[in-house]
Amino acid sequence: MNILMAMFGAVSQGLVWATLALGVYVTFRILNFADMSCEGSFALGGSISAVLMVKLGFNPFLTVILATLGGMIAGAITGFLHTKLKIPAILSGILTMIGLYSINLRIMGQANTSLIGQDTMITIIRKILPTPEVLGIKDSTLQTWVVLGIGFVFTVVVIGLIYWYFGTEIGCCIRATGNNETMVRAQGVNTDVMKILGLVISNGLIALSGALVTQSQGFADVKMGVGAIVIGLASIVIGEVIFLRPRNFASRLLSIMIGSVIYRMIIALVLQLGLNTDDLKLFTAIVVAIALSIPTLKKNRAATRKGAV
Amino acid sequence: MLKITDLYKTFNPGTVNEKQVLKGVDLELKDKDFVTVIGGNGAGKSTILNMIAGVHYPDKGSIVLEDEDITYIPEYKRAKYLGRVFQDPMMGTASNMAIEENLALAYRRGDRRGFAWGITKEEKEIYVDKLKELDLGLEDRLTTKVGLLSGGQRQALTLLMAALRKPKLLLLDEHTAALDPKTAEKVLKLSEQIISDNALTALMVTHNMKNAIQYGNRLIMMYDGRIIYDVSGEEKRNLKVNDLLEKFQSVSGGEFANDRMMLS
Repeated sequence: MNILMAMFGAVSQGLVWATLALGVYVTFRILNFADMSCEGSFALGGSISAVLMVKLGFNPFLTVILATLGGMIAGAITGFLHTKLKIPAILSGILTMIGLYSINLRIMGQANTSLIGQDTMITIIRKILPTPEVLGIKDSTLQTWVVLGIGFVFTVVVIGLIYWYFGTEIGCCIRATGNNETMVRAQGVNTDVMKILGLVISNGLIALSGALVTQSQGFADVKMGVGAIVIGLASIVIGEVIFLRPRNFASRLLSIMIGSVIYRMIIALVLQLGLNTDDLKLFTAIVVAIALSIPTLKKNRAATRKGAV
Repeated sequence: MLKITDLYKTFNPGTVNEKQVLKGVDLELKDKDFVTVIGGNGAGKSTILNMIAGVHYPDKGSIVLEDEDITYIPEYKRAKYLGRVFQDPMMGTASNMAIEENLALAYRRGDRRGFAWGITKEEKEIYVDKLKELDLGLEDRLTTKVGLLSGGQRQALTLLMAALRKPKLLLLDEHTAALDPKTAEKVLKLSEQIISDNALTALMVTHNMKNAIQYGNRLIMMYDGRIIYDVSGEEKRNLKVNDLLEKFQSVSGGEFANDRMMLS
């Protein structure tokens, strides 16, 4: 029963973190840009959402939108550093990430902000639902259901938006830019603008995820973004392993959502099996390293079989 | 229609790798000219094409295309006037994207890209017709990823893309150098056909003397950053590989043996 509850919680976690994975997918796979700024923009989304609710009494739903806008600005800064100032991609992201650490501290005025006793999207939705007693379930179960529902709705809407956007003329140009910049410029498209747009979308989604996570866990922390890119990558590669040959873009996006859920289930499982939470990030790093190296290992094996040394 | 005046370019100035690749190039193209450019390594052939395309800006001189000075216009902005095919078959297409998606990108060259759907039903029919003309069976493979095509097929597709929106000038940068001789021949024939069908003005860089003589109505030979020979019309039609060799040897002295220029 314990493990079932843990799995149920993992599904809801996976869904609120799925937009992060989708954001990482936009830069890492579509734009071919390893964007480290996502660690900062994830915490930025959380900080903005928490502070707007606690200190300024904003509507929790509105804070999610503003958090997304904040992330988009962060992405634009990374894009500016990389395209206009010609700073290498990784370094541009790291600079934004480091800068955001201070900015997030400034926004919150401290290292974390608690949402205890605060109206969040979850409490607002629970108010319109029957009480746990009426439904005959535990309070924590209802809580998880609500988080799951919110995560699901946001993720599905985001998938729809990504699917639409990357099918448009501009979206096609962003995809092509991640593939072959020379060709895209030869077709009369400003690749700098396309890269900035991709980073803006990605970091907006990541900040959105940060806001969702903050509201679901009840606090924002300046360090909540640490390892976000690896968690995003883990979800992407797990999704890729499961859908070996995705038929189209929609199933590709869907696989990332499912990958995010499975990642959380794996984490819940190893924790149940007694893994120390301190070792979690190392575990994730190793899983992602192995998953990302599978294509190379496969190629090497195929080469050895053909007799190459 | 294209007027290049006194073009100079030095790469890596002030370093040990400093190399002056263009030393005052003047060139004027007439409408519907099909000019082949020949020369050894480092003669400046590709640099001229890159200057016209806006990949590099010259240090001095000007490039005027149909009365518009494009010398310092960004590459992506002048792309609407130009069709380009590159030496590397990977360069002209997006390998992760479908044939139809690549064509759709080329179909909108020079247009403002908006939130309209990236590819429409009507244009797919146009693509099928155009692909049929290539006679490579690509018309049945619209959704195939370009990465799965051979080098020759990719160059043929890139040619098609370059001419899909009629360019003022077609730039072919040794576009058959990476292909096997038989495929190279096919792609050259196709280039000639596309140029004449669409009445294009074209500039084709090549290493191959025979091709340079066989194709086009005018031939330019470059050596050491300058145009050293410019021949057209009747004189070009009567040109033999030996004439070119003599010409080349008289300016280059004994360097010829080390050069990559092909005699075949």
